[in-house]
Amino acid sequence: MGTPTVDISTSLASFELPNPVLTASGCAAAGRELSPFFDVAELGGIVTKSIMMKPRSGRSTPRMAETPSGMLNSIGLQGPGVDSFIEHDLKWLHESGARTVVSIAGHNTDEFVALARRLYDQPMDLLEVNISCPNVENRGQVFACDAIAATRVISAVRRAANPNVPIFAKLTPDVTDIGYIARAVAEAGADGISLINTLLGLVIDLDTLRPALGGVTGGLSGPAIRPVALRCVWQVHQAVPHLPLLGMGGIKTGKDALQFILAGASAVSVGTAVFHDPTAPIRIIAELSDELAARGFSSLRDAIGFAHLSSEQQAAYFAAQTAVPVGR
Amino acid sequence: MTSDVLPGPVQETGEIFDVTRLGEYTQFTVVAPGVARGFKPGQFVAIAVGGRDTSMLLRRSFALYGVQPGAEFAGTIQFVVAAKGGGTEWLLRRQIGDTLDLVGPLGVPFPLPRASVPAVLVGGGYGTAPLLPLAQVLLAQGSDVEMIVGAATASRLFGEMQAKRIIGKVTVTTDDGTAGQRGWVTDPLPSAIERLGAEIVYACGPMGMLRAVGEVAGAHAIPAQVAVEESMACGIGVCMTCVLPVRDGDGVSRFVRSCVEGPVFDAGRIRWADVGTVPADLFGADGN
Repeated sequence: MGTPTVDISTSLASFELPNPVLTASGCAAAGRELSPFFDVAELGGIVTKSIMMKPRSGRSTPRMAETPSGMLNSIGLQGPGVDSFIEHDLKWLHESGARTVVSIAGHNTDEFVALARRLYDQPMDLLEVNISCPNVENRGQVFACDAIAATRVISAVRRAANPNVPIFAKLTPDVTDIGYIARAVAEAGADGISLINTLLGLVIDLDTLRPALGGVTGGLSGPAIRPVALRCVWQVHQAVPHLPLLGMGGIKTGKDALQFILAGASAVSVGTAVFHDPTAPIRIIAELSDELAARGFSSLRDAIGFAHLSSEQQAAYFAAQTAVPVGR
Repeated sequence: MTSDVLPGPVQETGEIFDVTRLGEYTQFTVVAPGVARGFKPGQFVAIAVGGRDTSMLLRRSFALYGVQPGAEFAGTIQFVVAAKGGGTEWLLRRQIGDTLDLVGPLGVPFPLPRASVPAVLVGGGYGTAPLLPLAQVLLAQGSDVEMIVGAATASRLFGEMQAKRIIGKVTVTTDDGTAGQRGWVTDPLPSAIERLGAEIVYACGPMGMLRAVGEVAGAHAIPAQVAVEESMACGIGVCMTCVLPVRDGDGVSRFVRSCVEGPVFDAGRIRWADVGTVPADLFGADGN
């Protein structure tokens, strides 16, 4: 028996990962709460909840409503502020041996820059710049809805951040042309792109006859948004084929993850599925490896963007694979 | 308070051993040695609903009672389900021999006094469930215990027979007078506190009841430890949806997670009037 071993290592710019499965920002806190369920160092990486300069209480409750194959959340970036985050959370992640992606969020460009500077010498593998959180008071704060605002933040963060740490721009699907935004952040110096953030949604409570969430609107996540996320990864891979993508949006199984890889993602984040199954990220590593092997891929890297190839190009790849002696 | 290191939650597949109808509720007994092993009264279990390809992503949380740690037989847990929506309706269609995906035990348990102290336990509806194992622990410590069990109507009472078996002294109230005395659980509470010389009140039930119980305890200058029922998405502390405004020892109020920093809180620390708002003096409110 024995399925052929697939090399599932990957990279996000200069960040090398032994496997392509990470948590998603806002769905794993800073990793510690998942440690009773698995060793966080076994994941491709932990993506921490977006941190801001100052402590932030976030929005009022109710903050969550279940929706078909998904959920709507309105947390509003509750967090302890960057100093406490460095002292407690980042320290714990470092001691745990976890590869770490730090997500930052700011009210304005200056705050993003201050965060990049404050985190300059901290132990981390990648900086994710969250310019797309939907749960902010002013929708004008969603920088990723506007190419000029997005460019300003990303170029400023790229200048301020440690040059050895790649920066990824996190994009929202709630735009007319996500490829246009992707090209803008690429030109501004983003080393890669994380996508997608949640979609803005609303649920009405039929008992109170009012919006179900304290924040009125919220971010939709879960398998319900997977086709939208895949479409975005597909379009952004075409728009900026040279940039690595961290794909996410409703991934629950290895099959789901493989679709993102084939659409052009170099790695994936597992978000809302963690609420359903805390061990989902670890399970998905094994499932993805099996799915790749079952289709004749010898490495994950070969599968990245594979769905963009013509059927002839795909056939040529598999012909070359079978020509290689088994056990190579 | 004990300083034992809790074993922490586990995820396990448990087989349903028994399903029993109790009034408007259904009691499940499930073989779950991992959850049973670490259990302390006040903790809960989060259960996946709808099967493998479910469209309901969020686990449903239930307070645990009737926990039998493994010995001659594998450990079992009990919890009670009331029909509320698609998820609980799916659970109510499960039968003996079916399996459930469980995560637990979760949450901070009821703090226990170092020595025996007289205590009044107050349960509203199925909120009585976590008080049953608590009563057993308190009685084993030699504490004098009385219990008040209430509900809107007789069919929504839970656990009054078990409570009578464990404690003996149980007062029943219903809003409509269909069982016990007509009225709320807070009506007989002051006399119970005074009769017993109670030094602590423990409660679980709807938020309004917990707030009222906290006020009665406060008027008698004794603490009330209450287990809240906030809606949770994950139950393990990663999603930040189940927060309540809670005042800490330094007087600073924060949004804290009911799942990992609760569900048991000192009622005097919860800012009941501010639940559902962001009070201006809340830690981090100026960072929004």
